[in-house]
Amino acid sequence: MRNRSVRWLVLALTLLSLILTACGTQPAAEPTATPAAPAEAFTFGMVLVGPINDGGWNQAHYEGAQYVVEKVPGVKFIYIDKVNPADRPNVKVEQAIEELIGQGARLIITNSAEFADGTNIAAAAHPDVFSIHASGDKVLTGEAPPNVRNLMGRMEYGKMIAGCAAALTTEAGKLAYLGPLIDPETRRLVNSTYLGARYCWETYRGRPASELAFKVTWIGFWFNIPGVTLDPTKVANDFINEGYNVILSGIDTTEGIVEANKATQAGKRVFAVPYDFKGACAQGEAVCLGVPYFNWGPDYKRLVELARAGKWEPAWEWTGPNWSNLNDPDTSMIGFVKGPALSAENAAKLDEFIAKLADGSLNLFTGPLFYQDGTVFVPEGQVADDKTIWYTQQLLAGIEGQSAP
Amino acid sequence: MRTDRLKLVASLTRPVLALVAAFALTTLALLSTGVSPLEAYRLVLFGAFSTPVRLSDMIMLAAPLLLCAVGLSITFAGGLYNLGVEGQMIAGAIAAMVPLRLWPDWPPLLLWLLSGLSGATGGVVWALLIGALRQYANVSEIFAGLGMNFLASGLALYMVLGPWRRQTSASLSGTDLLPRDLWLPTIDRLRLAPAAPLIALLALAVVWWALTKTRWGLEVRAVGLNPAAAGRLGVAAARRMAETLAACGALAGIAGMLQVVAVHHALIPNISSGIGLLGLLVALLARADPRWLLPIAVAFASFTVGSIQLPLTLGIDSAIAGVLQGALVLFALVARARVR
Repeated sequence: MRNRSVRWLVLALTLLSLILTACGTQPAAEPTATPAAPAEAFTFGMVLVGPINDGGWNQAHYEGAQYVVEKVPGVKFIYIDKVNPADRPNVKVEQAIEELIGQGARLIITNSAEFADGTNIAAAAHPDVFSIHASGDKVLTGEAPPNVRNLMGRMEYGKMIAGCAAALTTEAGKLAYLGPLIDPETRRLVNSTYLGARYCWETYRGRPASELAFKVTWIGFWFNIPGVTLDPTKVANDFINEGYNVILSGIDTTEGIVEANKATQAGKRVFAVPYDFKGACAQGEAVCLGVPYFNWGPDYKRLVELARAGKWEPAWEWTGPNWSNLNDPDTSMIGFVKGPALSAENAAKLDEFIAKLADGSLNLFTGPLFYQDGTVFVPEGQVADDKTIWYTQQLLAGIEGQSAP
Repeated sequence: MRTDRLKLVASLTRPVLALVAAFALTTLALLSTGVSPLEAYRLVLFGAFSTPVRLSDMIMLAAPLLLCAVGLSITFAGGLYNLGVEGQMIAGAIAAMVPLRLWPDWPPLLLWLLSGLSGATGGVVWALLIGALRQYANVSEIFAGLGMNFLASGLALYMVLGPWRRQTSASLSGTDLLPRDLWLPTIDRLRLAPAAPLIALLALAVVWWALTKTRWGLEVRAVGLNPAAAGRLGVAAARRMAETLAACGALAGIAGMLQVVAVHHALIPNISSGIGLLGLLVALLARADPRWLLPIAVAFASFTVGSIQLPLTLGIDSAIAGVLQGALVLFALVARARVR
């Protein structure tokens, strides 16, 4: 009896599926509503590793896409976010890209270093669709098909400014860096932060580098995945309990500033430098020293127009800030917004520091610079070239934390 | 004749009610997000059949799912709740990687065979550890299985970030991709490796035969109904239970191997992707009756693949497929309990 009832349940289910499938395939064949209607609309799609409203990396990309929609007439934007093993366990990057192409996308943007293989596989299968793999380097290494481009911003400068703001403010000289996973990108960003901090600590505070503590803890991914990564909330609180009074964030999300803000409200004095997204200070205005952020809009606009015109060429691009106006939304890939917690006096010193970076009189990647194990990163009297910086092998001497997983 | 018809109607009532209840619950969830439930159902139920690529994605998900569900139908027949299937799949995937990394230059066919064998062995070892804990330490196979799942995920993560990390730098996205000629032969544009579903169907046929047509199957089912009574009738109950676990582990291990050589072409931390646990739902719904495993596995795989389109076209989260799957199993269990 029981057995039979189950059989019927499943039979009913299967039959229902079959019947509905028969009806269902028909409407599915006609393209879903809009793409066909405006004849010349150019659709571009984006695959994001995290949610579009994370107040960090992913939101910065999403808003970059919105900028394109605003500035370029006849452009349509579609996206799939949260493409990562925790949120969508059975969705591969190439599958997500396929869905976007199925909806009419002619240009695909993927926004995680983890998406390199998937981007290349999908691009090889669709030679007529263009791809931008943001933060990747497979074009540089020659492993990408010709319809792929790489794009990244020179966040090294943003991080130097962030490090400087932190060093100007910290009383105890204890800076903590909330790191994501360990790869060349995250290593060079930690190093840049440290270089900026060390310079300003020595130059403006007049203190020796040996008195500056700089610690990085890697959580293991770009954002919290319970059970897989360290919990960034807990890591931030550990920093605070160990007496670090500026938390610089390198992860996609905002735990650093949120916890610094809570601790400050509870009577401690902890500052934060969030990351990635222009509006990130909003999570804790009172403790925010400023935020280095990506402004993807202008580059995405340029590349969308390029793709639309069919003038696509493979390229690996690493775009810098517009030094004459760091926060110009139409020209500057990298920006830095000062936060309310940065004192006027320190803000003036920070401006001085930025001016030196801008006019080229200060290049922090000038040797001698040493890795943690004592090997030479940049020899005395030389300046690191792009490739050396891009493929940073270790953290610099003076930083406490792991260089390799 | 008349009574037959009455019986038929009576037997249909509860499953239909269960089906209606499951869809009602899912519809409520959909309505709360403010989208048209009909449009959402169209995507979830049939989205997977709308293009050849989606269809093959569905098949590539259904194959390991079916393997796990088939394996679980053996342990269910033996009266065991093998929640460790997820870990057995991971252990299988890790073990399947070993020959591929040790001898990448050997002929692919030989490597696939070795990899399959190694994967199955990995799954068996993981399953027998659970059996041993149950037999000798009196730990319920449910908790032993869950514990072993954690252990297996930890091991996979360790391998990906440690010994088998990428040449350039360790990445949570997995090991370096396998050389192209070690991928199970794949129809490129479709991402379809026809061997995967064939292996799954073969496993289904063999298990069906073994469970229903052999003395071994009869004994397993006897043990499942009442181990003590079966023991008194001369059936080696403990041994049969260990065998069902081993068989399930082997199939889950092969599913893990398919994830490596046919789906991801690398070891990724989340290589099992919850497929083992989804297989548990399939087996629960099928009540270990092999005939229903295939259609339910296909239906569940379709829901999962179809729902990927939800965020894109309707702006809602694809988790709704999980709600539907869960609700179906829940109400089917409730309906069954009512009959009981």
